[in-house]
Amino acid sequence: MRFERASMANSVNSGLGFFLALFVMMWSAVATADENFDQALSKIETGKFPSISEGVALLVDSDDARVATVLNALTDGALYRYKPESTLVYLHDKNDEGYLVSYVSSADKAGEKFVVKSSAVKRVGVNNNLRNEISSALATLNLKNPNVEIRLNALRESLASLNPASLKTITKMATTEKNSEAKELIKTAMAMGGLKSEDTAIQLTSISALKDSLEPAVKLALINMESASDNAAVKRAAKAALKGIEEKLVRYSHLETLFFGLSLGSVLVLAAIGLAITFGVMGVINMAHGELIMIGAYTTYVIQLMMPNHIEYSLFVAVPAAFLISGLVGIAIERGVIRFLYGRPLETLLATFGVSLILQQAVRTIFSPLNRSVETPDWMSGLWQINPVFSLTLNRLYIIIFCFMVFAALFLILRKTALGLQVRAVSQNRSMARAMGVRSEWVDAMTFGLGSGIAGVAGVALSQLTNVGPNLGQAYIIDSFMVVVFGGVGNLWGVMVAGLSLGVANKFLEPFAGAVLAKILVLVFIILFIQKRPRGLFPQKGRAAEG
Amino acid sequence: MENSKTAADIAKENALFDRKSVLFLVVLAAVCVFVAVTNMLFPEDSALHVPTYTVSLLGKYLTYALLAVAVDLIWGFMGVLSLGHAAFFALGGYAMGMYLMRQIGDRGVYGNPELPDFMVFLNWTELPWFWSGFDNFGFAMLMVVLAPGLLAFIFGWLAFRSRVTGVYLSIITQALTYALMLAFFRNEMGFGGNNGLTDFKDILGFSLQGDGMRLTLFLVSGLALALGYIACRYITVSKLGRVTIAIRDAESRTRFTGYKVHNIKLWIFTFSAALAGIAGALYVPQVGIINPGEFSPLNSIEVVVWVAVGGRATLYGAVVGAIVVNYAKSWFTAVLPEVWLFALGGLFVLVTLFLPQGIVGLLRRRNA
Repeated sequence: MRFERASMANSVNSGLGFFLALFVMMWSAVATADENFDQALSKIETGKFPSISEGVALLVDSDDARVATVLNALTDGALYRYKPESTLVYLHDKNDEGYLVSYVSSADKAGEKFVVKSSAVKRVGVNNNLRNEISSALATLNLKNPNVEIRLNALRESLASLNPASLKTITKMATTEKNSEAKELIKTAMAMGGLKSEDTAIQLTSISALKDSLEPAVKLALINMESASDNAAVKRAAKAALKGIEEKLVRYSHLETLFFGLSLGSVLVLAAIGLAITFGVMGVINMAHGELIMIGAYTTYVIQLMMPNHIEYSLFVAVPAAFLISGLVGIAIERGVIRFLYGRPLETLLATFGVSLILQQAVRTIFSPLNRSVETPDWMSGLWQINPVFSLTLNRLYIIIFCFMVFAALFLILRKTALGLQVRAVSQNRSMARAMGVRSEWVDAMTFGLGSGIAGVAGVALSQLTNVGPNLGQAYIIDSFMVVVFGGVGNLWGVMVAGLSLGVANKFLEPFAGAVLAKILVLVFIILFIQKRPRGLFPQKGRAAEG
Repeated sequence: MENSKTAADIAKENALFDRKSVLFLVVLAAVCVFVAVTNMLFPEDSALHVPTYTVSLLGKYLTYALLAVAVDLIWGFMGVLSLGHAAFFALGGYAMGMYLMRQIGDRGVYGNPELPDFMVFLNWTELPWFWSGFDNFGFAMLMVVLAPGLLAFIFGWLAFRSRVTGVYLSIITQALTYALMLAFFRNEMGFGGNNGLTDFKDILGFSLQGDGMRLTLFLVSGLALALGYIACRYITVSKLGRVTIAIRDAESRTRFTGYKVHNIKLWIFTFSAALAGIAGALYVPQVGIINPGEFSPLNSIEVVVWVAVGGRATLYGAVVGAIVVNYAKSWFTAVLPEVWLFALGGLFVLVTLFLPQGIVGLLRRRNA
């Protein structure tokens, strides 16, 4: 019944309707009559601002479930006095016949709608002061909400505008609250209340209780304290606490930059690591590497189209699928073009660039030149809030983890499998490996397939971060080459170190230089670095590397 | 076959004006004269009239051809594959563009006599220092050569001394042009940002839109191509040119023989960059715009493809490649835009796989 009433209210005021629906759903428990509630209603019914204010205060103290509805109606101007019965009513609709209203209080007739003449009712008006009181009253109400999340949010909000009323509620909560996070916030709030005390000793203990808090409101309160207090000891304590908080904030902002840098670096490593195999181990410049990444991203898109009802699992299907498809395309490129050009790196570069143009145009023709949207599964999106000033975005966190997994897998393949052994043998000394019975042609194809497959897997990861379009590959190819060249050709660890450090350097430069200039600076740095160490951070050693 | 050549044959091939060079220069001159005559003498409705639009298009091709010759000089004859030559081309273009911007004077949209439109738009109050002097045509032309030349000199000095070669060099030249592209996209750089420089009015007091000016620019481009070709040809047949070929074929051995490989590479690279700058400077007034897109790594790679398609280490092959590929591009993008990238990509693959000598090599094989 109540819900129906709420939906009817839409015609009056959609905002009101929304709130009514929300609150009515939350308090679905049977309303309990309360003396405070009725007393508050009669105060509001007078229509005079001071007594309305008293009524609002009484409402906050009452535990009645209908309080939020009344307060919302009051701010939205949907609360009316019904003069003949001296009682309060909700307005639902106006038309020519009169006003459609229902009782606020009388439990037996609640929800029943009836039509009254417009002259029989009068709106309960509010002024700005009252509005503020009502909104802080609503915030205080949320503090009592059985839902922990809503309670936590309410606590955080109340820190910013701590008033005696909310402080009273919070102090009351301290004994009953079970949630440890909420307990911390309650302690913080009570300590902030202590700051306002006249007693210097209480002020000092409050300051020392607050010195570990990272809430923005605490910092603000301490700043006020430092400038407003006339007690030297309090001033000093506030200053010291502020300094500690400031240091922590700086540390966390560095941590956050580090996290962004690592996630950018992971993307670079993912994009470059396949190239490290084809370029590093085989000496093949594959300009189509970016397009193999793009194919991986489009594979994700197609997989999601094929299983629209299971987006949650789509990525788990997409990773092996992208590995296979990009790997097969890579093997086709190797068999069709590259194997005729071994030992002619510059020609390989041109031919594979041609392949990259063909793949780009193929994607444009098949999927249209517009960007396709790949959906992010729910478990990938969201935040991991570690403290008030430091949170990690889940998708970036997963990308970092994924990057390390791919790296570990690749490392194991190259170190522990027969294929890995043969790949290393061929890359170190092709003719000797052949003499030992290694089928070098087959190894070439497999190596190239492996590198391309990893590119495809990188594409799945990228599809979660950027737009999937025909130019996706081009955006990453230069960066990938930079990472490989910087790290040292043919060295997986080099790629890891280079990718992560370039990512972190880029993000740490950004605040000073801006995103574009940071990128330019990194490029210039690499150009200069190559002059100093032409073979990268970790050059391959030995006679075979000199050729 | 090489051994059967007599000393006289070899001497003839190494002459500055050998048979092929003369043929090339004659054909170039003939085309220029033909276009000029038909454009000027025949009325517009005549079948023989070459429209001014075509004249400018051909002029654009000629500047591309000059750029290709510059790339062929270092790639074909010295084995340095630069994937950043479009950067030098664009720098020359920007130097010319800055002169042309200053020529607009107070005829811009905002009518500011001191500042180009985009600076007014960005609320700049005075001309940045690096724009001063570009009122002067002579100074601007000097910068057309100096700006790319100086960049190439510094870059080459760093790269060649530390013996960055082969693929590594290609990749860092690509990084160079990529970094420049990102930089020129920034409005703060003072080169018009994303939109670049455009809306040019006149050059040396003559309107850029006039038929006469368009024809003149075309002829100057032809002349520049001819002179550039002769200069490169002069280098390649000289003793210096012999050494560059030795560097291409066996760099370490050349160094051990006592040549200062990095110095030779540096000067040839710088010369090639300056030549690319001149090509860019002639390109800009004929297309009427220069923007940071010209720095894109793709452009540089395309230039290499022109040379590969035409035929490496011949100079005239580069010209043929530039004109053929660009004509194909104009045709495809007008008639079958979808197919152009397939065609270009296929061309890359097929030429590297089956035509290592390019189109010119195909003709030569038939003659032999």
